[in-house]
Amino acid sequence: MIELIGVTKSFGNNHVLRGVDLTVDRGTSLVIIGGSGTGKSITIKSVLGLVTPDAGKITVDGQDVTQTDRDAFLARFGMLFQGAALFDSLPVWQNVAFRLLRGSLKRPKDEARQIAIEKLRRVGLTPDVADRLPAELSGGMQKRVGLARAIAADPEIIFFDEPTTGLDPIMAGVINDLIREIVVEMGATAITITHDMTSVRAIADNVAMLHDGVIQWAGPVGDIDTSGDPYLDQFIHGRAIGPIEAVR
Amino acid sequence: MKLLAAIGRAFLGLLAAIGRIAIFAGQTLGHIVRGPFYLRELAISFLNIGWLSLPVVGLTSLFTGAALALQIYAGSARFSAEAVVPQIVAIGMVRELGPVLVGLMIAARVTSSIAAEIATMKVTEQIDALVTLSTHPMKYLTVPRVLAATIVVPLLVAVGDIIGIFGGYAVATGTLGFNPAAYIRNTLDFLELKDVVSSLAKGAMFGFIAALMGCYYGMNSGRGAQGVGSATKGSVEAAAVLILGANFVLTGVFFSI
Ligand SMILES: Nc1ncnc2c1ncn2[C@@H]1O[C@H](COP(=O)(O)OP(=O)(O)OP(=O)(O)O)[C@@H](O)[C@H]1O
Ligand SMILES: [Mg+2]
Repeated sequence: MIELIGVTKSFGNNHVLRGVDLTVDRGTSLVIIGGSGTGKSITIKSVLGLVTPDAGKITVDGQDVTQTDRDAFLARFGMLFQGAALFDSLPVWQNVAFRLLRGSLKRPKDEARQIAIEKLRRVGLTPDVADRLPAELSGGMQKRVGLARAIAADPEIIFFDEPTTGLDPIMAGVINDLIREIVVEMGATAITITHDMTSVRAIADNVAMLHDGVIQWAGPVGDIDTSGDPYLDQFIHGRAIGPIEAVR
Repeated sequence: MKLLAAIGRAFLGLLAAIGRIAIFAGQTLGHIVRGPFYLRELAISFLNIGWLSLPVVGLTSLFTGAALALQIYAGSARFSAEAVVPQIVAIGMVRELGPVLVGLMIAARVTSSIAAEIATMKVTEQIDALVTLSTHPMKYLTVPRVLAATIVVPLLVAVGDIIGIFGGYAVATGTLGFNPAAYIRNTLDFLELKDVVSSLAKGAMFGFIAALMGCYYGMNSGRGAQGVGSATKGSVEAAAVLILGANFVLTGVFFSI
């Protein structure tokens, strides 16, 4: 279980998070939605300790994340970055198998490569991309390699930052199914950030909407159409008119 | 008053920067002695910093040694002391010019590329990705580069010293009428162990500084292309100044006590 209590974060005068409270139960899938620049990426990065909150508390299974053994803690996580963040000096398969080639999860090279190719297949990439360099792939392909890397070591907790952005609708469907599968079949806990309402409905058990530095609305995905929350309504229907100012 | 405040601020800023760099150096040394070690990265760093720097190091030293011989010949001819050319070329190259030139070339070639590479990794979240993949960026990126540079730059300096002396030799025997065998004998007789040791020690220090500055500025890069640009610029400036400063200190340590 992941719990954020009163998390705040500012960059200079830009008060991005103003007290975020969020709970994700083990084995469930949470989707975070919210306007561009509202701090969704910062929120998940603060769980991983990539960003240090100014105040508030973040716990995973009741343990304060700042007080855990970092290596053991991070070994439980997988993360897909918004910009894929592939290592451009390494071929695709070594990116995917990065964790399996070093450290505590290290295994023989052949085996790591096989796993990498299998994970690439699951994100809809053929084995021939395995030996290419990330710079030789399209943006959407890079995103999928990043996804394969995030799930390579079968983590318990996975964060996906906009997994379907830049993908065609069919591939987006494949990725949505994959994320759902990882949660349902492997019992993983997932937090996904997306702007794609189809993905929200396909992936989420629960939805949280971030607005103005706080969680404006949170609840089961089945309730989003009947929430009665004007912010959420405006967001999911993509209306320019509403309580959220479209011109910032 | 305003001016004074500005100077004070700049000075405090400089002190803070020195402190941060010292902490970074300390952390790097701490990680060098504790595993895990990434041998593949280390091997790549050896190749990039050492082997691939040989051409530029060789050419710079060759021309400098040759020019040095010409100058010393012209200068010493004024008081009929032409015979000192081999000795002064040897001392000049081994004690000062070899290490300094190699150090500066490494700052230009290696520091800049390390800074640009690591800064780009920072800007594109690759450093964050490393962390989430349970890999310490200092151990994976900084340690191999700093370790490789500290080991390999002294070797480059040795090569540079030899090629520089050879440059002087080629000019002296080719156009200035020196006897080849006598030139080599004079060079070897005159050089002391201390000269060679100081040369190599400077090389190690300069290699450490060059790689460390590349990593420090890369890791602390600002955002975007502009961040990468200023990280690269800052790293080369800092490396060059620190190398020349360290050279002065090391010369003092070796030759004035
Ligand atoms: N390193 C940083 N330094 C300064 N400001 C930052 C930094 N990282 C993020 N911000 C600011 O924090 C805010 C939230 O950023 P974040 O990346 O979390 O947005 P987001 O909700 O993920 O947006 P998007 O949907 O566009 O990805 C933005 O206003 C951004 O400018
Ligand atoms: Mg984002």
